[in-house]
Amino acid sequence: MKEIPLQTEVKPAKRLKAASLAKTRKRSDYFWAYLMIAPTMLGLAIFYLWPIIQNFYFSFTEWGSFGQYEWTGLDNYKRMLEDATLLQSFKNTGIYIIFTVPIGIFLSIIIAVLLNQNIKGKSVYRTLYFLPVITMPAAIAMVWKWLYNADYGLLNYLLSLIGIKGPQWVTDPHIALYSVIAVAIWSGIGYNMVIFLSGLQGIPKMYYEAAEIDGAGPVTVFFKITLPLLSPVIFFVTIMSLIGAFQVFDLIFMMIGKGSTALESTQSIVYLFYQHAFVLNDKGYAAAIAVLLLIVILIITAIQMVLQKKWVHYD
Amino acid sequence: MRKWLIMLLTVVLGLLGLAGCSDSDKASSDAKDGKVEITYGIWDKKQLPAIEDIIKLFNEKHPNIKVKTEITPYGQYFQKLETAATGGALPDVLWMNGAHVTQYAEGKVILPLSDMAKKDNYSLDNYPKSLIDLYTVDGKVYGIPKDYDTIGFWYNKKIFDDAGVAYPDETWDWTKLKETAKQLTNKDKGVWGFASTIANQEGYYNFIWQNGGYVISKDGKKAGFDDPKTVEALKFYTSFIKEGLSPTQAQMTETAASELFSSGKVAMMLDGPWMVPEYKKNPDLNVTVLPKGETRATAIHGLSNVIAANTKHKDAAWKFVQFLGSKEAAEIYAKTGTVIPAFNGAQDTWVKSVPSLNLQAFIDASEYSVPLPNAKSTGEIWQYEVDILKKAWSQEESIEDAAKELTKKANEALSK
Repeated sequence: MKEIPLQTEVKPAKRLKAASLAKTRKRSDYFWAYLMIAPTMLGLAIFYLWPIIQNFYFSFTEWGSFGQYEWTGLDNYKRMLEDATLLQSFKNTGIYIIFTVPIGIFLSIIIAVLLNQNIKGKSVYRTLYFLPVITMPAAIAMVWKWLYNADYGLLNYLLSLIGIKGPQWVTDPHIALYSVIAVAIWSGIGYNMVIFLSGLQGIPKMYYEAAEIDGAGPVTVFFKITLPLLSPVIFFVTIMSLIGAFQVFDLIFMMIGKGSTALESTQSIVYLFYQHAFVLNDKGYAAAIAVLLLIVILIITAIQMVLQKKWVHYD
Repeated sequence: MRKWLIMLLTVVLGLLGLAGCSDSDKASSDAKDGKVEITYGIWDKKQLPAIEDIIKLFNEKHPNIKVKTEITPYGQYFQKLETAATGGALPDVLWMNGAHVTQYAEGKVILPLSDMAKKDNYSLDNYPKSLIDLYTVDGKVYGIPKDYDTIGFWYNKKIFDDAGVAYPDETWDWTKLKETAKQLTNKDKGVWGFASTIANQEGYYNFIWQNGGYVISKDGKKAGFDDPKTVEALKFYTSFIKEGLSPTQAQMTETAASELFSSGKVAMMLDGPWMVPEYKKNPDLNVTVLPKGETRATAIHGLSNVIAANTKHKDAAWKFVQFLGSKEAAEIYAKTGTVIPAFNGAQDTWVKSVPSLNLQAFIDASEYSVPLPNAKSTGEIWQYEVDILKKAWSQEESIEDAAKELTKKANEALSK
């Protein structure tokens, strides 16, 4: 992500200091800076960088029981080309992303803008919208699974009151993915909303005052002022939600589950990875899937980086 | 000055973190006051009360060995074990089933117990021979049998009474089962006659064997899912779903068949004695022997306690395993009606533990029982069974096609 440039003010008085002093000063500053970030960097290296390198290596191996493996070269990648399940899981993940990311961002912007107004009890509303974020995903999935239950669930009961026979929300292969998407959007709104709220509060009031004097209506204000000035935040949220959506696992694992008839039409890339890595103990192939996913995410993020020049405004 | 302070703090915090890691390692391996702690990995929460009683009794004899139980639901149990075994972090003592014992024994992650048993004069004759055989790999015993289970035919008396149908008994066969399922299915009330669960041990395996089919050949080299007799049995078992006499696969995914059964939505189903603690809560439920097909057959299987090869407390773990296999432990299992203890002679206590249920059916069934397969790849094949057969259960694919695909996958796994 591109850093939002910070405006650092340099006081004129400081500039006048002797140049040599500044040089040694600088070096010692670097030393301290590196020392300060060392613990984090170390953690990053041990828990992220090293596993990524190892994972890359394992993607060229085949695993037996209990950690034995042998080098098989490109076999795993060749196998991928013929794996229809993998293709299907990419398709499922794609559908999931296409729905959750734009709808999620759209809804959270709307809610953030509404909750940024001076309305009564807005902190109560903010809390309500944020609650799903602090709830365990497993708990959310379990509760929704019960709400969705075709025969005894609340949702279909309510539908039956108005004479509609509700579908099998989580076991019908044509519907299940969308049921998961709905829960994902619902549970993700709060988090994005908070980021957008802070973004909104960072927009200087004077723009709105100027717009008011010029006689702009609320819609014009939203599209001409709020949206452009919020664009760096939207960009940030888009990238993060996209990466998050690519890695969707928990909701599908909890809500759909193993014996389900809808598993094929809902399993995501990471679910497939889990299946190969931990259920079938096919860790080499799983590592190859992880590498593929990494490459796809990298490419898509890079594309976003290029495209952002066209729509993101930094003040 | 302030920089130094922050720096110092960082270093101290970092060290604390590191110390934290090593400290916990020490605590579990160090026996300062002669106390050791061992972990016991299990998957069935329903057995926990009985196990706690057993541990209490064990501690009266061995106050220095503290036992900590670790429950992992069965769905994730072997996945977690596999990862734990790879990382050398298995519980000291753990439950094992027949499907995985060969894999774990050959992978050298569990200890052979024969020599220790011989040294301590611990008799293995106290258990049914079939169970000892199940846990014998290359002539060495790896597990001390804990319990065993045959499969019973459970039914809801109330649904039978309402429909005015006689309760099932040992004279029943497949035709009678189908007939009665038709009589008991009541769409208006939302009651199904039977539940064709996608379970192997407490489901289609029994029908396969009753029909003269097979799952894995005796030499462990070939899968028999596409055997005509097997296919015929699978067809009969799933015909209940097709004819609307059983909840659909989707419905049983949404609400487990056992829940539908215990809440009076399903009249009959197959299930094991491990469900006794659950089903005894509903006074309408009872159990009898399975209806017969061409022959009588039921799956038999039993769990055992094994010791992890990398345990740091081999002696303590072995003492605990011996106690778990003792008559005293068996009595607790029996009295509480938790499971059928493997210890010879303790079964009678178990039968009497829940007077409202005809538990003798499970003991009677052991006469014609067929052991579950224990070839090395059985655990893997079980995964394929669910993945592939569910397509046939949900009527997306014919039984023949699913059986063919499954046989291919299973044969690949067996040849590994």
